Amino acid sequence: MKQPIKELNPKFLESTQNKEHLINYLLGVADNYLILGQRLGELCGHGPNLEPDIALTNISLDMLGQVRSFYQYIAQLRGDKSTEDDIAFLRKEREYKNVLLLEQPNTDFGYVIVRQFFFDVYNKMFLNALQQSADETLRALAFKGIKEASYHERFSGDWLKRLGDGTEESRSRVQEAVNDLWIYTDELFQTTTADDAMIEAGVAPDMSAFRDTYYEKVKELLTIATLDIPEVAYFQKGGKEGLHSEHMGFILTEMQYMQRAYPDSKW
Amino acid sequence: MSEAEIKSLEAQFDAKIARDEKIEPKDWMPEKYRKTHIRQISQHAHSEIVGMLPEGNWITRAPSFRRKVALLAKVQDEAGHGLYLYSACETLGITREQMYEDLHSGKAKYSSIFNYPTMTWADMGAIGWLVDGAAIINQVPLCSTSFGPYARAMVRVCKEESFHQRQGYEIMLSLCNGTEEQKEMAQDALNRWWWPSLMMLGPTDAASTHTEQSMKWKLKRKTNDELRQQFIDQTVPQAELLGLTIPDADLKWNDGKGSYDFGEINWDEFWQVVKGHGPMNKKRLDDRRNAWENGAWVREAASAYAAKQKDRKKEIAKAV
Repeated sequence: MKQPIKELNPKFLESTQNKEHLINYLLGVADNYLILGQRLGELCGHGPNLEPDIALTNISLDMLGQVRSFYQYIAQLRGDKSTEDDIAFLRKEREYKNVLLLEQPNTDFGYVIVRQFFFDVYNKMFLNALQQSADETLRALAFKGIKEASYHERFSGDWLKRLGDGTEESRSRVQEAVNDLWIYTDELFQTTTADDAMIEAGVAPDMSAFRDTYYEKVKELLTIATLDIPEVAYFQKGGKEGLHSEHMGFILTEMQYMQRAYPDSKW
Repeated sequence: MSEAEIKSLEAQFDAKIARDEKIEPKDWMPEKYRKTHIRQISQHAHSEIVGMLPEGNWITRAPSFRRKVALLAKVQDEAGHGLYLYSACETLGITREQMYEDLHSGKAKYSSIFNYPTMTWADMGAIGWLVDGAAIINQVPLCSTSFGPYARAMVRVCKEESFHQRQGYEIMLSLCNGTEEQKEMAQDALNRWWWPSLMMLGPTDAASTHTEQSMKWKLKRKTNDELRQQFIDQTVPQAELLGLTIPDADLKWNDGKGSYDFGEINWDEFWQVVKGHGPMNKKRLDDRRNAWENGAWVREAASAYAAKQKDRKKEIAKAV
């Protein structure tokens, strides 16, 4: 979205279909933050040392802060009584639209860092571009998130270098994580019908335009980290359409436990 | 150094503490002072770090965004407390690695309260309200303790702890204003956490070995029994406000002494847990050991990388 900001026609959201598309687009963005924030939350207190433990908790907090703003916006668009919590905790597996990358488990610190780095590079480019959105709220959210996103990218990138160019063991472990998670990177650039409609309307950046830059950046850092760049014939996708891995059900079982066990309670 | 010289140094040292001046890491100090402070500060740091586990247990299941974010931030604060307490302790000439080793081998202790399980969400409220409440009573006097780095760390810790306590009480309040099931959950948590919280203030004065020396060094200002009484007197009205019942049939206001009388504490249980046989002792230590052992390759990578970077910088400097 290189063109200057064009304000959204105020009548745009009067169309039910446009609104529906916008909500679905936003869920696609926000669910990424939710699921990554949840995964990072699992690690709190179990880090390899206090400093990275604190830093990963910080990132988790940033993710959750970001997702709340997006869900609150969705709730406002829906105009019903739904809240950020209903949207986060009361949907079913197929209704979540996060990419598969972010639901991958915390296999070890290497996987945590690689998953984070693959997402952070994308997220920073995304929030940068989203600052040109025709939607005022999204511009503000992007502006708010960009500083954090830059910090996250630096954190995960620095750790990737340490692990890649550290010891033989760390290199082999983090290489394995890179190889395993690489197949999930392409999905970041997949679009859904809702995404396409929002790109068309100037609300969403067309991330396919950033695909090459993304891989350049990622490969550059992998090279600095003395890691091999995987070559794969096939990528995995599906999360954005609600087709998740087997991990998803367990993430939700844990995350939704209280809301399901005590429906309609206030906390 | 001759015995007379040591005596004179000791006298100066004692006088300094009596004047309420701080002892700093580079100052001369009696070996016993150093050892006692290493023991207490590291134990305190370990309590923060082990204390992350029972609450961390509920981060992924917190019932709302607001609660999830607050809980994450709280557990993160505890990590921060651990960090500056370890740093304060390092100034006494012990490394963080050595302290971890002592924790993992069972040589160093941590607060026994964390050896109880967090079964329900209400435990997040009860821990904040009671456990942090008791911790504050223990810790406020430490803000003016004699060892400078410890006193300064405690000023910050106490500020955050009192925020945590209000947060915990607020969780209880929401539960008590909620459904019948939520109220039951709150009462159940109070029933389980009340007695262990009283035990947190330490053995009775008669059974406490460290009190006299600790008083002199301002590691303690009041005895365990005085602190316990203070905790009970402050907490009972808070429970009443919540509409919850303290699980002690002997608890009753004593007009004569202007405080509450309370029932017998089960000291057998206290010693059982202190000696390592509480419901969660093994799990807590296993979790800490696993985190440390599984993180070894990460820490090694970080030092190897830092060393390589240093060498590279040297090479570049040489070339220039």
